[in-house]
Amino acid sequence: MKKIGAIILSTVLTAVLASGCGNNNTENSSSSANGGNAAGGTIKIGADLELTGGQASFGDSASKGAKLAVQQINEAGGILGKQLELVVADNASKSEEATQAAQKLITNDKVVTIIGASTSTNTLGIVPVATEKKIPLVAVGATNPKVTVDERSGDVNEWVFRAAFIDPFQGQVMANFATNNLSAKTAVIYTDTSSDYSKGLQKFFEETFKANGGEVLSQESYQQKDSDFKAVLTRIKEANPDVIYLPGYYEEVGKIVKQAREMGITVPFLGGDGWDSPQLAEIAGAAALENTYMSNHYSPEDTATEVTSFVEAYKAANGGAVPDGMAALGYDALKLVADAITRAGEADPAKIKEALAATKDLQLATGKITLNETHDPVKAAVVLKFVNGVQTFEAKVNP
Amino acid sequence: MKNMNKKFWMGIILALAFYGIVQVLLTTGIFNDVTRSMLLLIGVNVMLAVSLNLINGITGQFSIGHAGFMSVGAYTSAILTLDYDVPFILAIIIGGIVAAIFGVLIGMPTLRLNGDYLAIATLGFGEIIRIVLLNTEYVGGASGLSGIPAKSTWTIIFFFTLFTVVLINNFIRSTHGRACLAIRENEIAAEAMGINTTMYKVIAFTIGALFAGMAGGLSAHTFYVITPGSFNFLKSFEILVMVVLGGLGSTAGSIVGAVFVTLLYTYLREFPEWRMIIYSIVLIMMMIFRPSGLLGKTKINFGKLGKKEAKANGSIDSSTP
Repeated sequence: MKKIGAIILSTVLTAVLASGCGNNNTENSSSSANGGNAAGGTIKIGADLELTGGQASFGDSASKGAKLAVQQINEAGGILGKQLELVVADNASKSEEATQAAQKLITNDKVVTIIGASTSTNTLGIVPVATEKKIPLVAVGATNPKVTVDERSGDVNEWVFRAAFIDPFQGQVMANFATNNLSAKTAVIYTDTSSDYSKGLQKFFEETFKANGGEVLSQESYQQKDSDFKAVLTRIKEANPDVIYLPGYYEEVGKIVKQAREMGITVPFLGGDGWDSPQLAEIAGAAALENTYMSNHYSPEDTATEVTSFVEAYKAANGGAVPDGMAALGYDALKLVADAITRAGEADPAKIKEALAATKDLQLATGKITLNETHDPVKAAVVLKFVNGVQTFEAKVNP
Repeated sequence: MKNMNKKFWMGIILALAFYGIVQVLLTTGIFNDVTRSMLLLIGVNVMLAVSLNLINGITGQFSIGHAGFMSVGAYTSAILTLDYDVPFILAIIIGGIVAAIFGVLIGMPTLRLNGDYLAIATLGFGEIIRIVLLNTEYVGGASGLSGIPAKSTWTIIFFFTLFTVVLINNFIRSTHGRACLAIRENEIAAEAMGINTTMYKVIAFTIGALFAGMAGGLSAHTFYVITPGSFNFLKSFEILVMVVLGGLGSTAGSIVGAVFVTLLYTYLREFPEWRMIIYSIVLIMMMIFRPSGLLGKTKINFGKLGKKEAKANGSIDSSTP
């Protein structure tokens, strides 16, 4: 009897709370329905980001970047005579919460487009919702190819776009940099076979380097958590390549570079954004990192006017903080949406989607963006050189 | 006995009425998607909390590996629906059974431990599952499985939840359930009375794992994506919080705890900056002012409607300011 009583109690509790919520939602939706998608002269854009949880620093930077973009657009008079409104929802760095946050943004807040999330996994939690509700999604920091292209069917997700370049693209960028800027003719590729990321970069570096007329002397491999690389490095030394491509994460990269320099290998090492950690210089030592290069999304030291003006504005808005890569991508994602709405002529999700797919030569903080047929940006990447263990801007490489 | 049955069926009828009302509200669109996914999440969390309560609250074995069983069920059922086109309900049930098999395998050796040692062993199990999934290419590695069809509906989740609650409740009231309670109260005395303690602990553990696996499968088919990271030890603690908050050892308490935590978490989404602070403060206040949980030790046994607290908890209550 008591059990039944308690069950009834809990059932009633659920009913009361749930219905309370339901009522609120219906009020919201009816008021929004009256004004259509752009109620009250504003256009609502949702941001589904990691404000709390493990990747909170990514989400925080991205939301600051997006807020800056909204502020700049509104100060310049808005879009189509309307002000932009950014509705930020927290996904707690979890994909299932990203799903719920996206549902909330679309159903309750009636946003016309969503930007986010900062990581591929969390973005994959939003993709099905955006597709089902027919709301365009511009991923901020998702670099995994399967975000925009369904891995099972191979079809492009009609409603999903992204602001960051995909993993394989970095391989192409570095190959072009090696050929054009370092005049390299021969290379050795040293891959981390326990990571999809590394294998993706390796494949595309090789293809592009060969297409540029270069020769890949040998393919070597290591696993994460390996610590002694001297046997392989001896073979590499004998092969004597012009450059060594090392697409891995900073921990092993640091050890490899250090051991290579100790063995007298002086040729340049090249890598990707997996190198992007202060720990790299600590592990390898500043001296060993001389003559090494890495590709990245953006550099705050870039001297191009669009970058310097973005960095200045961001610093002014955030108490002097230097924007990191994710801040620039958040800013760009919002600018991509704003540009699409302007070209669409109205804040209608289907028209915004068409306009996004047709994005061409749009000048943004991380470069001039064109979205290709798989909705991935074709844009310049920056190459950073290590000087005294510090990343310094070296070159911008166009695809 | 006759009276008991009558009350039992009344409970079922009330639950069905609740289901009907919500179903109508969902079909008419008064409940939108956000409310709907919250209801689904509540259902999944109730399943998890009630099944963990059977292990932690009723049998008194401190297990914190529940997320591990959940992930086994989630991955199994997701692979079955994605790659083998197994009917959804069947996939969920198979997921639960596989999790239950893991429950037996893990339970046999570890349930000979008790207290802190069992907690550490189950925590270890959860982490092992996670690391194995993380390094298995076939299930997507670190980026997990995505594109899982959202086949969980309110109807399916409701009936799975109802089934879980009814079955576990009946188990607790059975001879076997009483054996489990005896183990909680005093293991040595229980053994002296001829109860095979290890067997009953394994039974409770397996039933708990079975429903955790089903809950995992349902959750995977609600939220499209599963990654090893979503089943880490923090998820186990989240379930434990629901159970303790509702009242350790009380099925009704676990239900209330799961509903309360889910609602709290959902509504606090509006205030991301304050979310964890408020959530934590609520938990701390609860444990200070009501250490026995929302419903205390409200018995799952039949009796008058009301709350009855264990004597031990009562004394703690009176000592707090």
